[in-house]
Amino acid sequence: MSAKNAALPPVPAYLLALLGIVAIFMAAFAFGKYPVSPSNLLRSAIARLTGGSAGLPEAIEIVIWNIRLPRVVAGMLVGAALAAAGAAYQNMFRNPLVSPDILGVSAGAGFGATLGIFFGFSLVAIQITAFVFGLAAVGIVYGISGLVRRHDPVLVLVLAGVTVGALFGAGVSLFKILSDPHSQQLSSITFWLLGSLNGINSRDLASAAPLVLIGLVPMVLLRWRVNLLSLPDEEAAALGVDVARLRLVLIVAATLVTATIVSIAGIVGWVGLVVPHAARFLVGPNFSRLLPASLLLGAGFVVGTDVLARTLVVIELPLGIVTAMVGAPFFLYLLAHTGKTE
Amino acid sequence: MKRRTLLRAVVCASLLAPLGGIRAAAQITKSGLITAFGRMPPPSDIKRVYAAGAPASVLLSALAPHKMLGWPWRMSDEALGALGSPLRDLPMLGRLSGRGSTMATEALLALKPDLILDAGDVDDTYLSTAQRVTEQTGIPYVVIEGHLADSARQLHETGRMLDVEARGNTLADYAEEILSSAARIREAMPLEKRPRVYYGRGLEGLETGMVGSLHMEAIDIAGGYNVAAQGGDKIGLARVSLEQVIGWAPEVIITQDSSFANRILEDPRWRTIPAVRTKRVYCAPTIPFGWLDVPPSVNRLAGVIWLLAHLHDVGKDSMERKVAEFNQLFYGIEKRVQ
Repeated sequence: MSAKNAALPPVPAYLLALLGIVAIFMAAFAFGKYPVSPSNLLRSAIARLTGGSAGLPEAIEIVIWNIRLPRVVAGMLVGAALAAAGAAYQNMFRNPLVSPDILGVSAGAGFGATLGIFFGFSLVAIQITAFVFGLAAVGIVYGISGLVRRHDPVLVLVLAGVTVGALFGAGVSLFKILSDPHSQQLSSITFWLLGSLNGINSRDLASAAPLVLIGLVPMVLLRWRVNLLSLPDEEAAALGVDVARLRLVLIVAATLVTATIVSIAGIVGWVGLVVPHAARFLVGPNFSRLLPASLLLGAGFVVGTDVLARTLVVIELPLGIVTAMVGAPFFLYLLAHTGKTE
Repeated sequence: MKRRTLLRAVVCASLLAPLGGIRAAAQITKSGLITAFGRMPPPSDIKRVYAAGAPASVLLSALAPHKMLGWPWRMSDEALGALGSPLRDLPMLGRLSGRGSTMATEALLALKPDLILDAGDVDDTYLSTAQRVTEQTGIPYVVIEGHLADSARQLHETGRMLDVEARGNTLADYAEEILSSAARIREAMPLEKRPRVYYGRGLEGLETGMVGSLHMEAIDIAGGYNVAAQGGDKIGLARVSLEQVIGWAPEVIITQDSSFANRILEDPRWRTIPAVRTKRVYCAPTIPFGWLDVPPSVNRLAGVIWLLAHLHDVGKDSMERKVAEFNQLFYGIEKRVQ
């Protein structure tokens, strides 16, 4: 199927969204706690592109290129990855309320990070533990769904995910209560669980980006077949899809992506839930259009909310709080709006 | 008929309720920094004291180690190893703090303490929790208001209450000496002349104490200017961004995390910050208790000595000796820790 015979989306909305995202990226470079004037930003950017020197104080260069640039890239990566995983899951589980952490990946990663913080691991080791526990949580959930065969497999997956997630959540609470309330650990655990792009540096990005890309590849390659998963299993199978295998591939891909993101940015909620809805509102439910739209909108959404997180008040707000404050009303708006048109 | 029986039963039950362990409201006495709930035994009868939280346990371990029943939190082996007997052999008991308690009420009763000792930043939540514990268990509960500036009074009053008045006075005098030498230096310096300090906490060193936060008390008292004061007077801990720290341009960076201190000296993103350029990044020891902020108790006096040396170059040569003296006097540590 080519773009010609697909139903054309409303072009202005598409354009508006794109323009909005570009504006958000520019804003992300222009706003922050260290004052950088637009003219200095431009001078520095031109100097970078032409290879010359802008003659600006080193602090400004560091703020623009070593702090804001990795942060914008991290925002794009986090947003795109979570939104893509969310879109894939919403299709696969045939449920609009599903987000990428439905199978317990965030709860597992959160538990891993809590363990790491509690036992005083280094930052990198904490990220690795979070990543491993995120994968392990979903592995357990998938294992359970393999053992329980008397119910609808999708239902078993979701229920096992909620259950395993609750167990890991209890584990997090256990270590929170074991750590001294005055110590550094408790605040670190709390801040970690709320998500943030604050501490991400280019090294984190260099290790996370390939993993995210590896996870996105199967989603892109299988974009047509993912549509068929929204049919009942028997019908999809009748159309020649190996439903169980396709589901496994998608779960592995989405889990890899989400676990990677959670391990570098903490738990950033709402992105994987809201953004696919916004994308569906713009381009319709066809996954081959929904996926790129989710990637773009997700990137824009997280970079935008992160601008708010670092400028709204005198301190840094955890990103997870801002995504919820922006995402929840937006979700309700979409709910009201789509209800009327359909 | 049935309804009437039910009503009668309800009335009877409510009359019986007071027998079900609900005691009369605990008696409250206040004097100085001390608020006491329940009937206080005479000082000479207080032999077994349970410290309800980390700040109280530090105070108690300094004043009356032989009356202390255990630690309210998990002490590291390193910290226990640094302490002398009997402190190093005490068990971990858990803490009391409302719903966040790790000490079960029944275990508390089984412990048979003569007194529950608690210290910290006192507010109504704190006081009403204490009152409830006393009402439920009948064990007297004492809450001590504990700001660093009040250390001397705190040691003096608590010492008298625990029948170790002489020791309390010795420690109080020592605390007063540290605090007044800090006050002399601080008061000779107008606010804008004080060294601009950033206190980096947390995993990435991007958590800091805001103005008025107990985490900053030692730095304030030692005459440092908290750069986060420019972030407004939000109380407590907050996350900040690195560009904010660059903008604040601190002259000194203080931390308790040596890996953070080493990392920022090499990280190009921190390079332009004056403190990093001049290598004035200092890592405070945390043995046996944190020197700067946690737990917020008299342990921070060691931090004040250390900060005076690093912020103002005051007594730099004698700093180690003074700290060793402090450790010897307060915790009975014979060897040098640092």
